[in-house]
Amino acid sequence: MNMTAYLVVAALLFALGLGIALTRRNAILVLIGIELMLNAANLNLIAFWRFGAHPELMTGMLFALFSIAVAAAEASVGLGLVIAWFRHARTSDLDAMTRMKG
Amino acid sequence: MIDALVFLIFASLTLAGAVAAALLRNLVHCALSLAVTFAGLALLYLSLGAQFVGFTQVLVYIGAVAILVVFAILLTRGSGALPGNLISTSAWRIGWVAAVAVGYVLVAALQHAPFAQSTDGAPSVSVKQIGQALMGPYVLPLEIVAVLLTVALIGAVIVAMPERQGEKQ
Repeated sequence: MNMTAYLVVAALLFALGLGIALTRRNAILVLIGIELMLNAANLNLIAFWRFGAHPELMTGMLFALFSIAVAAAEASVGLGLVIAWFRHARTSDLDAMTRMKG
Repeated sequence: MIDALVFLIFASLTLAGAVAAALLRNLVHCALSLAVTFAGLALLYLSLGAQFVGFTQVLVYIGAVAILVVFAILLTRGSGALPGNLISTSAWRIGWVAAVAVGYVLVAALQHAPFAQSTDGAPSVSVKQIGQALMGPYVLPLEIVAVLLTVALIGAVIVAMPERQGEKQ
């Protein structure tokens, strides 16, 4: 398979993640959408590494590994925030989070 | 031919999981279809020759993040939001129009992008090479990620810890 096929899959996955993050009301599902967008970026990195000029340097692959670590940290802190907000307001509905307006 | 068939199966598995996460009403079903998407991405990484990243994807995303999402959903269950009320009706159309527009622009740009592709076979990278790269030229990012993970661990515990108001003085 050529690189464009993988990049198209990553673009569609990114669009789906964006749609989930924009339309769902539950805070956890918004986090799921963000995770999907990060994963689409990772797929791009791996595809460019595989079909790039110098795959022996492993730049894209290591970038993807660091990105996975950062995404895991983001997911843990985000879900911790959702649980803290749920304990406070007894809901994980984003439309109800109006008390944090500045 | 076989390559194209395998790629189509992996890609459709990945995208079908994402579509299911976007459309299903039950939150736990959404989390499980998210795990299917992560598995499809791991298979795509394996088909690209990135074995280490593929297995890292299985360990970190399916093993940790998906389980964490399921736990968070179960902990915040019974939140008063009705099952039919999960999708924000006011922002629904605008959100999907924006998402479809972004996807269309990205795919259209990719169709005309002149990428210089190497036609060599899959590069073989051993775990030993990855370890030497992480301990050699990439040691500073590795240490920064270690600090970041420690900070995220402590921060998540502190944020999610119950407030004990009675014990404050």
